[in-house]
Amino acid sequence: MKFLRDTWLVFQRQMLLQLRNPVWVAVGIIQPLFYLLLFAPLLKPALSGAGPILSDAQTYRIFVPGMLVMLSMFMGFSGFGLIAELRAGIIERSRVTPVSRVALMLGRSLRDVASLLFQAAIVTLLAVPFGLRANLANILLAFLLVALMAMFMSSIGYALGLKLRSEDALAPLLNMFVVPIMLLSGILLPLTFAPKWLQHVADWNPFSWGVDAARALFAGDRGNEHIWQALLILGPLTMFAVIISSRAFAKSVR
Amino acid sequence: MIIETTGLRKSFRSRAGRETKLVEAVRGVDLQVAEGEIFGFLGPNGAGKTTTLRMLATLIEPDGGSAKVAGVDLLKNPGEVRKRIGYVAQGGSTWDDSTAREELVLHARMYGIGKAEAQRRAARALDDFQLTEYADRKCKTYSGGQRRRVDIALGIIHEPKVVFLDEPTTGLDPQSRMHMWDEVRKLREMGMTVFLTTHYLDEADALCDRLSIMDNGEIVAEGTPHELKQDVLGEVVSVHLPTGATGAAEVLDTADYVKKLETTDTGLRLYVEDGATAIPHVLRSLDAASIAINGIELHRPSLDDVFLAKTGRSLRES
Repeated sequence: MKFLRDTWLVFQRQMLLQLRNPVWVAVGIIQPLFYLLLFAPLLKPALSGAGPILSDAQTYRIFVPGMLVMLSMFMGFSGFGLIAELRAGIIERSRVTPVSRVALMLGRSLRDVASLLFQAAIVTLLAVPFGLRANLANILLAFLLVALMAMFMSSIGYALGLKLRSEDALAPLLNMFVVPIMLLSGILLPLTFAPKWLQHVADWNPFSWGVDAARALFAGDRGNEHIWQALLILGPLTMFAVIISSRAFAKSVR
Repeated sequence: MIIETTGLRKSFRSRAGRETKLVEAVRGVDLQVAEGEIFGFLGPNGAGKTTTLRMLATLIEPDGGSAKVAGVDLLKNPGEVRKRIGYVAQGGSTWDDSTAREELVLHARMYGIGKAEAQRRAARALDDFQLTEYADRKCKTYSGGQRRRVDIALGIIHEPKVVFLDEPTTGLDPQSRMHMWDEVRKLREMGMTVFLTTHYLDEADALCDRLSIMDNGEIVAEGTPHELKQDVLGEVVSVHLPTGATGAAEVLDTADYVKKLETTDTGLRLYVEDGATAIPHVLRSLDAASIAINGIELHRPSLDDVFLAKTGRSLRES
């Protein structure tokens, strides 16, 4: 299979370069730590204020899945690396070979998914000493959901990077999208606190479904309908983003 | 013919403020490049050279016209063209943090070459381009000339029939430029057809077997550098005279080797077929008529004169 081989080639090189960059590796580990240490302690009293007093374990069951989804959203910033590659002539050099265009995009996107899963594993493990307990199969299913979201975001990021070709245009545009999506997904605080109208708006946000599903999984509620609903929404959506972005790689770029 | 195009066209939409304007970058290019030659595209920046090159290298789709590259129809089967051509872009093509060897292996593998064979070819290419010494250092540590050699080695790692070089020596110091010319000639010796763009007159003159001069999206002249220069009225002999041109003009006007005669502020300008043989004749005739001269100069036309004759502008100015 040429397409799989090509994807592996691109993924391998992207991974190699990422691991060669010590700054990235350090940030990838430290950044989730900040949230765990600096934000999570606020959450317990905040959540408990609205209802019954929560235990540490319950708090982290709510917080950790949201944290994972947030990390997946950061993959939307993938476009920045791509613009640097465009400038260095690497995309053009690849496009002049018969390499699969989908592989050019998917190999990069899978690198993002791999680094996200790495971060997700760290966050989940570090939450264990704080009292997080969850079933391994459930966690793996939650990771699959988060991986889908990461692939969606990174594909969109690549498509935007190819289209805009300028960091100065990409940064504000991404912020404009990512911030409302993040607020409307109940990542930091669950949307159960939100007024009704805000909850209705959030129903249109696929990430809100993803967060609900991941929380259900961390709570051990595998039969929860949010889970298959989230898969049904995020699966096709991610596929769609991958197609759009691959087409951008195939299309002539001036 | 290894490259043949007819009426190749491309226009872009460019936005200036609120207006969008249609810019015709390439307006109907007809080209014929023979197998095994170094073919050059000479013209000022913005003439449409790079756009044409990128169309032929399958990077952008032409709006119209047709082209055959290495025996394959460019519009119908760009995938097949890609296998047979190499392309070296103007601005480099390597990651800072990978090594030349890694880049060469990866690039070969992108052409579907197996791992062991890719490694073998990379080692040979490193050797051919005198890069073995730096092969396992990161690309960001390379000099401009070394980087350029890596770029070219990448472009030919799959042994293409045609290799496109976009401004191969732009940004290099004079010594590296000369080295690069040698590398390009080596590609021809290896049996490849080289298609390059340049805005350097000396490069087009010294390196190219044949060239097209491009201006404003169109080809304005085509031929070997020698033919092109011959086309421009031959060579020019300037005679500087202390006493005005009138007497000398009368003497020389009737000479059969003078194709055209012009008077200037300081003397005469004679257009002749071959300046080196004309000069003795001029001196003898003027001496016989007892006309004193201050000096005599031979001016061979350059490609810039060709450009000037065809476009009314000098390439140096544009």
